[in-house]
This record gives sequence, structure tokens and C-alpha cells, in this order.
Amino acid sequence: MSDPDRALPPVLEDPAALQATWSDPPGIVGWIQTVDHKRIAIRYLVTAFAMFLCGGVLAALMRLQLSRPENTLFGPDFYNQLFTTHGTNMMFLFAVPVTQALGIYFVPLMVGSRNIAFPRLVAYSYWLYLGGCLMLWVPFLLNTGPDVGWFSYTPLAEILYTPTKRADVWAQMITFTEVAGLAVAVAIVTTALKLRAPGMSLNRMPIFVWGMVVQSLMIIFAMPAVMLASTALILDRLVNTHFFDVERGGDALLWQHLFWFFGHPEVYIIFIPGTALVSTIVTTFSRRHVYGYLAIVMSLVSTGFIGFGLWVHHMFATGLPKLGESFFTAASIIVAIPTGVQFFCWIATLWSGRTSMKAPLVWVLGFFWVFLIGGLTGVMLASVPLDLQVHDTYFVVAHLHYVLIGGTVFPLFGAFYYWWPKLTGRMMSERLGGASFACFFVGFNLTFFPMHVLGLHGMPRRVYTYPPDAGWTTMNGLELVGVALMTLGVVLFIVDAWASLRRGVVASDDPWLSGTLEWATTSPPPAYNFLHSPTVGGREPLWDNPPDQPIVVGLRTDVRDVLVTHVMDAEPDHRSEFPQPSYWPLLTALSTAALFVGSIFTAWAVVTCALPLFVSMTGWFWPKAKGETGTQVWPIEHRTLPMPTEPPSGRAA
Amino acid sequence: MTIAAAFLQSALDPAGPQSAHIAALWWLLFWISAAVFVLVIGFLGAAILRRGARETSERQLTFGVSVAVAVTVVVLFAILGATMFAERANATLGASSAVTIELTGHQFWWEVQYDAGRPADRVTTANEIHIPVGRPVVLKVTSRDVIHSFWAPNLHGKRDLIPGYTTAIWLQADRPQVFRAQCAEFCGRQHAHMAMQIVAEPEDAFERWLDAERAPAREPADDGARRGRDVFMKRQCVLCHQIRGTSASGLVGPELTHIASRGTLAAGTLPNTMGHLGGWVVNPQALKPGSQMPGNPLTSDELQSLLAYMESLK
Repeated sequence: MSDPDRALPPVLEDPAALQATWSDPPGIVGWIQTVDHKRIAIRYLVTAFAMFLCGGVLAALMRLQLSRPENTLFGPDFYNQLFTTHGTNMMFLFAVPVTQALGIYFVPLMVGSRNIAFPRLVAYSYWLYLGGCLMLWVPFLLNTGPDVGWFSYTPLAEILYTPTKRADVWAQMITFTEVAGLAVAVAIVTTALKLRAPGMSLNRMPIFVWGMVVQSLMIIFAMPAVMLASTALILDRLVNTHFFDVERGGDALLWQHLFWFFGHPEVYIIFIPGTALVSTIVTTFSRRHVYGYLAIVMSLVSTGFIGFGLWVHHMFATGLPKLGESFFTAASIIVAIPTGVQFFCWIATLWSGRTSMKAPLVWVLGFFWVFLIGGLTGVMLASVPLDLQVHDTYFVVAHLHYVLIGGTVFPLFGAFYYWWPKLTGRMMSERLGGASFACFFVGFNLTFFPMHVLGLHGMPRRVYTYPPDAGWTTMNGLELVGVALMTLGVVLFIVDAWASLRRGVVASDDPWLSGTLEWATTSPPPAYNFLHSPTVGGREPLWDNPPDQPIVVGLRTDVRDVLVTHVMDAEPDHRSEFPQPSYWPLLTALSTAALFVGSIFTAWAVVTCALPLFVSMTGWFWPKAKGETGTQVWPIEHRTLPMPTEPPSGRAA
Repeated sequence: MTIAAAFLQSALDPAGPQSAHIAALWWLLFWISAAVFVLVIGFLGAAILRRGARETSERQLTFGVSVAVAVTVVVLFAILGATMFAERANATLGASSAVTIELTGHQFWWEVQYDAGRPADRVTTANEIHIPVGRPVVLKVTSRDVIHSFWAPNLHGKRDLIPGYTTAIWLQADRPQVFRAQCAEFCGRQHAHMAMQIVAEPEDAFERWLDAERAPAREPADDGARRGRDVFMKRQCVLCHQIRGTSASGLVGPELTHIASRGTLAAGTLPNTMGHLGGWVVNPQALKPGSQMPGNPLTSDELQSLLAYMESLK
């Protein structure tokens, strides 16, 4: 299909030309306009980490309040805001965005692309995510934070029982973050399926990319349910509809079905990237291809499917028919199988590999311990009779933290240590990494393990205080010690990161001798990601590619050309010119934010704010001059050129 | 120290057939989980420490992983079976001679009604349930405002109290004891202080209690109590509370016909003593901030009389 009449561009790309084409305008203009997936991802990472710290402070305050019975440090009003904001923050503003941030940064690099698909949409998503953060935290600081739980059950969240704006704040924060999450999900799925380097057929796609694809597809199916629910809630509150209003024909349980249809998949949305990170790190530090690639990928995909059939196990105590319950029990037990398969494959990989015990792997070993306990208690919760005892007690608090911190935060810290050199060009300290891990790991278990016991001995969740004779005092006191240790662990991590940025050892392109494509470029990567668009000859291209692995030629360097390939086999399809930096994503996000915030106060905001939204969207999608842009079918030629062994000297200036 | 002595309420100190089934199921799952944990962490540790000591072929790995997956599936089916067994056992409590209690949740207290053949024999009370030992009890639960959840861990698991739905939960106490139940679904600002006592007592004691509860309030015996009744009827108390046998018939707050016979005040928040009752009447927002009861600025005289009257409502 190549066109003999068309002259091919020069074979060897000129780094200066690529840099000129792909870099942002200098200064604040470029900072606002950027559509570079790496800059946006770092923004996401920094914001999400800040949210992690803020949420952690709230958690510490809660533990402080509960460290003594009948403590008068905080009243119920503030305490309810504390746990609502903590839960909402960690689920919506930390756990999902931080994994998506890693996806935004590394999926394009791992598949060998020059940028993420729909980069303006991704830029827009960040501004909306930031809006969601402000939407939660500004009201909290003004003492009007949401106080009806991160699950916002009706009728408690209805206007009759929560007459203030607190439930509206929660509902619109949901809308902000879910729009952002959906936008990123779409971009990641498209990047993984259409922008892979030639040769990277689906069965060679890195497991982390698989994890992000499964996560993104789950987001696309799950998040509309919660947006629907939160919109119905705000309609109930704002314009007197009766979706959840029992007195006037609404249904209190409808909310729970809608919320948990999202809320349970949310758990998998959060930890599937975590397990995919584990696969990545285990592979690198075992020095071998992961054992059971197919089994692991199928486990991720099947978890994604089964995850949608479990939501009712959050509602066993509502008194559903036994037959219905047993279906959800079976599904909740079955979902343990794919996770078990992954565990066994990782152990087999470590068993047969030559492990090198570096900080990322140490954090992953912490994951094994913690997540295993969370998984085992998860199977217990699937059992209806036992669930009826421990549901809504501290047992569940323990379980969910073992699952979410185990499944996401431990792998995430591992990933920070693993990818830090790529992100910053500098190494972190192995010693501080080990110390940070030790504090966090011991502190975590000290904080959360006793909660299992507390729950079995009758301590319910979401209580701001408890009687002195309940027998819960000692364990709650012990947990405060654990919190102090966890805090120390996080502080050590921050110190390590700070010291590394200031005077860390300069990292090579591939300091861990990893096999995936993000390590085939400089640390940190240039604006255009790869000097030569790579092709791949195996699952771990840096391990498997022969010395004469071809590279892609035929992409223009004077415009933002990106190679688009076929879904299954990543055969070159066409090239597409990607958008330039632009103000429109920010302006569109501002109009969207005005609409969301305004609709807390009046339904007319939807009408009036539609106008600026229309204008900014029109600007965003204004047709470009003919021939300047758009998707073009263009011949792509493979050239057999040796992959450069040394980093090109034209590293991003 | 026994669990009963160490903890106010506990799922691991079963006092009825349901909670006993669940506790047995818990210990089964606990030991299975402990074994799985030790095995997995053991293999993980070995995998790391051996550092690829001997070459392991992919076939050997496949064999190992397959065995592990097969064991997992078998164990999960065992858990599913044990679950179904416990579920079935818990659903088949003899029902012929059950005591029927209607339990309605309010922010932040419990309304209790005992069913009877004749409407006049119905017993209405609040924040305390008496049950006969060894006889099944069926609780028909619902809510008047937001979702609550009834949970007496020593007797059974939870059941949500949902507005618009009435569901039934069966339980039985096998020994005489005062158990604690607590709201287990977040229901607002005073979710933490929404508890109650469940008094399990021998059949005859239970019948005596039921008869006493059925009776209207006693007439005040002395002048102090009579003045107290006047205070109650003239102040805002009467707007929300009911005292059967008097003109007080408010349905917003807990009924108080036999308040003096109960063990606790304000839904398990305070022990039922004169001092606590006085503090509660005057300034409930200090003791249970966010509760629906407003403060009552009474003179010291009025308060003393009111308390005398309340004390007489045995």
C-alpha cells in the first residue's frame, strides 16, 4: 500500500526538529496549554499525592479522637465530616486518579507512542479533577464539608435530613471526578488499542497496560451509574424530584443498588492497576519473563467482568431474598480465583527467577502480605451469615484498608521507587526506601489488624465515640501508635524523594535493566518520547529485540505525527496528526466547573452556564485549515536500523 | 477473663443458636484462612530466599501453579458449602411459639411494640426489649426516617431498618442476660449513641414484665410527683412524648409510660438514674449533641418535681 510517488522523510529523525515540534511554548503559557501526557501526568501525580497526605491527616485525627472512649476532642458534627471527607477523598481524589496518572504517563511510553490519544481531553480532565479536589476541600475547610458518608445513603442525604448544602457538595464532587475519570479512561483505552508500536500484538502488550485497559473499561461501565445516582440525588434536593423519597413513592434502596453497582467495581478499578504494577515489578526484579502471562491477563480481564456481579454483598443486611443473596455470595467467592491465580504466577516467577531485592520489590513483598489478608477476609465477607455479623463494623474497615492499601498503596510506593528514575532522572535511596517501608508496613499492621478483632467484638463503624466499658479502649489506643509509625514511613518517603531531587545519583536510561519500552528512552523522556519510534519483537522488547530490530520511519517531524496501528496485531494503519497545545481545555473546564458548582444553588445554572460551555467547546472543535491536520492514511515504512544502544545526545534541552 | 466480661457486646460470645452458627462458621473460616496465609507466605519466602538456587523448568512451575489453583477452587467450594449450611440452619428456627416484636427506627432511638391478639393488649415501649429465654423471637423491623440497622452481636447478625420496607429477623437467647444492641448503619449525628438493652429473662419474668408494660401509667402517689405531672403536661414535654393513661400522647419521641423501669436513658446513652435524667431533661444537647430533644430550662423546683414524677413511672 505504499505510494511510490511520495518521497519519504529523512530516515533518521532530527532531535532538534522533534523537540521544536513537540515542546510546549515556554513559561506559564506552555504550563497552561500543555497537551504533553507526561506533564499532565506529573500534575495528576503531585495533586493525588497531596490528596493522599490530606486524607491521611484526617485519618490520623479520627484515630486520635477514638484513641480514648468518650473523647471530647471532636463532636459528632466534625467527626462525621472527617470520615466522610476522608473516604470520599481517598476513593475519588486519590486512589483512582493516582493510578490513572501512572497510566497517563506510562501507557503511551510502554506502547511506544509519542503522546496519549485525545491529549486535549486528558488536559481537560486534569482541570476538572482539580475542580473536584477544590469542591471537596474548600467546603471542608469552611466547615460545610459533606457529613453523610462517602456512600451518601438516602434518605439521610435527602433534603429533609440534610438540609444544608453538604450532600450537594458531595454529589457535585462526584460529578467532577467522574467526568475526569471517564475522559482519562477513554484516552487510555484508545492509546493502548490503537497507538501501540508495530509488532506489539495484543499478546505482547505489557501487563501494566492490560491492567490500565481493564481498569479503564470498568470505569466506562461503572462510573455512569454513580453519576446517574448523584444527579438523581441532586435533582431530589434541588428541584423536588422523588427518586429516593420514600414518603412520595421513591425508594430508599434504589440508591444503594445504583451506588454499589459502581461502588463495588470501584474496588477493582482501584486495585487492578495495583496488581498490574506487581506483575511489572516482579518481572523486572526476577530477571525473567513473568510466568503465566496469559493466565495473568485473563485473570485481570475476568476480574473486570466478575467485579460487576458482586455489588449486592454490600447489601446483605437489607434483607434480600435468600436466592438472590446466594448468587452474589457465589460471585463474591469466585472472584477470589483470578486473584489467586495471579498470586501463584507471581510466586512461580520469583521462584524461578534470580531475584534482586531492591526497594520496589520490597514494597511489593509488603503487598503480598497485606493484600493476602485483605483477600482472605474478603472471602469471609462473601459469606452471608458471617457478613451479617461483621458488616458495618471495624472488621470491614480493616478488610477494606487491607485490600485498598495493600492492593494499591503498597504497589504504588513500589512503583514510585521503580519509576522515579524515569520520572526525574535521579535515583532514590535504597536505605531510606527500606526504612520507609519498614515503618509503613509495621505501622499499617499495627493500625489495621486490631480492627478485625474490634469488629468481631462489636465495634460499629462511623461512631464518633464509644462507651468506656465496651472493651475497645486498648486496641484503639494501640492503633494510634500504628498511625504514628505509618506517618513516619510517609515522611521518610518524602524526605527520600526530596533528597533525590536535590542531589540524587543521576539515573541511566534503564537503571533496573527492565524490559519494557519506557526504559528505551532517556530519563526523563523528551517531549517527543522516542527519538526513533520503536517496533517490538517480544513481550519485553529491551530483552527480546534482536540487535537489528526495525524502527518506524515515515513519520513527519515538522508536525505532531503519531503512528496509529491495528487493534489486534499492531500492524501500521495510518498516521494521525495530534493537536497542538491549547487554552481551550482549561476554558472548557472552567465553564464545566461553573455549571457544576452553580447547580448546587440553582437549576438555572445548567441553562446559563451552558452558553460559555458551548462557546469553549466550539473553540475546541473548530475545524482546522484543510491539509493542516486530521487523520491521514500515509504510508509507513519499516526500516531495519539498529536500535541505538547509547542514549541519543539530543536529549531534551 | 471471659469474652463476656471483657466486651460489652461480641459476635464471638454467642448466646443464641444463630450467633452460635455464625461463630462456628467464623472459626472455620479463620482456620482455613490462617492455613492459606501460612502456605502462601511460606512459598513466597522460599521463592525469594532460594534465589533461583536450582533451575526449575516451566513444566514444574505449571504443575505447582495448577495444584495451587485446584486447591484454591476446592477450598472456596468448601467455604461456599459451609456458608449455605449456616445460612440454612439460621433460617429454620422454630416459629410456632414466637414472640413478635415490631421495631421501628428513629433518629436516634428505637420504638418497640409487642404484637398481641387484641389491639388493646399491644405493648408499646422504647429503647429496651425483653425476650423470654429459649423461645424464638421475630423482629419485624422498619424505620420512620433514615436507614438504621439492628445489631445484637451476641444473638444474631444485623438487619437494616429501612423506611418503606418491613422485614423480619429471627433470634433466640439461650441464657438469661442483659445484651446490648447497637445501631449499625450510619444514621446521622448521633449514630454512635443509638443503642439499647435486650433483657433475656425466664418466661415467667418476661410475662410479668409484659403485663406491667401493658398497664397504663401509675397515678402519682404524692404531691411532688403530682406537681411533676403538671410540669410535664404544661411544658413542651407533652408535645413529643406519650404517657399512656394521661393526656400526653405525642408520637415524636420515645413513650415514657414505664420509663423508670428501664435500664438506660436516651437509647443506651446513659444509665437510668435520677441525676442523669435531670441532666438529660435540662440539656440533652450537651450529652447527645444533635439528638432531636430540645433543652428544657426548668426551675430547680420544677425539675425536682418532674424527676419525682418520672421516678414514679415504674
